[in-house]
Amino acid sequence: MLPAEFDDLEQFAERWSLRTEAERWAERHASSIEEMREFYDAMFPRVDAALAHCDHFPLDAMPEDARNLLALVLSFVMVSFPVEVWGGPRIPDVGDATLARVFSPVI
Amino acid sequence: MARFPKPAEGSWTEHHPELGTGPVSYVDAISPEFFELEREAVFKRSWLQVGRLEQLPRNGSFFTKDIAVANTSIVVVRDGDAVRAFHNVCRHRGNKLVWTDFPGRETGGTARQFTCKYHGWRYGLDGGCTFVQQEGEFFGLDKADYGLVPVHCDVWAGFVFVHLGRTPQQSLRDYLGPMVTAIEDYPFDRLTERYGFRAEVPANWKLFMDVLQEQYHAPIVHRNQRPENFDAHQAGFEALHYQIDGPHRMMNTPGIRPWELPDDQIKPSERLLRGGLFGPWDPPARYEATNVEGMRPGGHERVGVALFEIWPNLGIQLWERGWYHTYHHWPTSHDTHVFEWNLYFAPPRNARELVAQEMTAVSLKEFALQDDSLIASVQMTLGSGGLTEFPLGDQEILCRHLHHTAQSWVSAYQQASD
Repeated sequence: MLPAEFDDLEQFAERWSLRTEAERWAERHASSIEEMREFYDAMFPRVDAALAHCDHFPLDAMPEDARNLLALVLSFVMVSFPVEVWGGPRIPDVGDATLARVFSPVI
Repeated sequence: MARFPKPAEGSWTEHHPELGTGPVSYVDAISPEFFELEREAVFKRSWLQVGRLEQLPRNGSFFTKDIAVANTSIVVVRDGDAVRAFHNVCRHRGNKLVWTDFPGRETGGTARQFTCKYHGWRYGLDGGCTFVQQEGEFFGLDKADYGLVPVHCDVWAGFVFVHLGRTPQQSLRDYLGPMVTAIEDYPFDRLTERYGFRAEVPANWKLFMDVLQEQYHAPIVHRNQRPENFDAHQAGFEALHYQIDGPHRMMNTPGIRPWELPDDQIKPSERLLRGGLFGPWDPPARYEATNVEGMRPGGHERVGVALFEIWPNLGIQLWERGWYHTYHHWPTSHDTHVFEWNLYFAPPRNARELVAQEMTAVSLKEFALQDDSLIASVQMTLGSGGLTEFPLGDQEILCRHLHHTAQSWVSAYQQASD
């Protein structure tokens, strides 16, 4: 799914290469903190290279594998709060409150 | 000792003697009777912002807006150079004219005309009735008498407003007043990359506005969003400036400049991706144009954030580094409302800029959900009616002003109806 030089991240692609925020939000809440930490730790040192790769292309003409890579970075963004701040998938004290993202750039 | 100077009277609140300094009644947040009055007294007597010009890019572009508090749906359409609004109802037998798949949901698109789904009556972009199916079966019917019912509509700084009253007492510009119109040179039309959120909130619309128009709560509710050694609790909160103009209000806050903070006070991903709660760290091209004087009415050289609360239910928040967001609070009952939130950035030029914007959208959602959950808790206990009056501090002057305005408008309406 990913460009060849990102072979090391391929193991995460099927699960985390998600194009919409709704999918990333759902996956975060379906994951344990250990699973997210493993993904986060693998991604962190590779994010710069991933974005450098994506930046070879205009946003509206990115090949499929680069798009998958970008979606993987967006999932890294999604797990950053659970891993760095909350220590779990949920925001403390938020109960059943919801806030749906209903409009987003398409990647 | 105040960090930032206050008015000569000693406080922001005492600078506005009509607001008083005593406890504030929150009956306006729990009373079904008060809500019924607000429908007429507030929402049919105010200009309501329903969209942006960018949603109407070409002739025939349209969107619908359901306004539950006024028991109506409207359709807003571009007809040549004009932007028009109509009640979204067919003149034949009252069917909702424009909808897609779900009658209770809003829609948008481009049309040459509007055709009713029921009996096929058609209307032009100017609202005129252009076709009646089997017209000969009707009795002396003149199509010219059966155009769509217009709604007052005007545009300011690319924001499309409607007024549901028969005759607005003020033009849109006069209604907005000098404090708000002072930000009209802000390049809203260049910030077109939109992230939209929507929530159905189990609380009165004014309670969510309360939490967004004071930051006294921020070091407490959001304390755990920062690394432990960032002692926001200790720092407390003071705004740089508050201002009130008629029913509208604004505040400037210094903001946090994460790009100036040491590494150990920043989320590692925020430093890596150069974006977070306070926006993308790297400003867009030509962002100097976003530093309009009107966002700093207190004369401060540099402000982090300028929040304008435009009566009744619109918030426009301008951030230092060239992006903004809007809040809308659409009441659906005395203790429920729909919260809409839109973030607007410059279109990203590459993946790196897109990801910095995503960091902002994701971080803000984490914060907003904390606020959202909290006000549900406030509504639950307010609803018991055991306590109805509450002390508000000087940093809560905008909350005091909001409730004062709602109660004044309802009283004025009652007096006029008596």
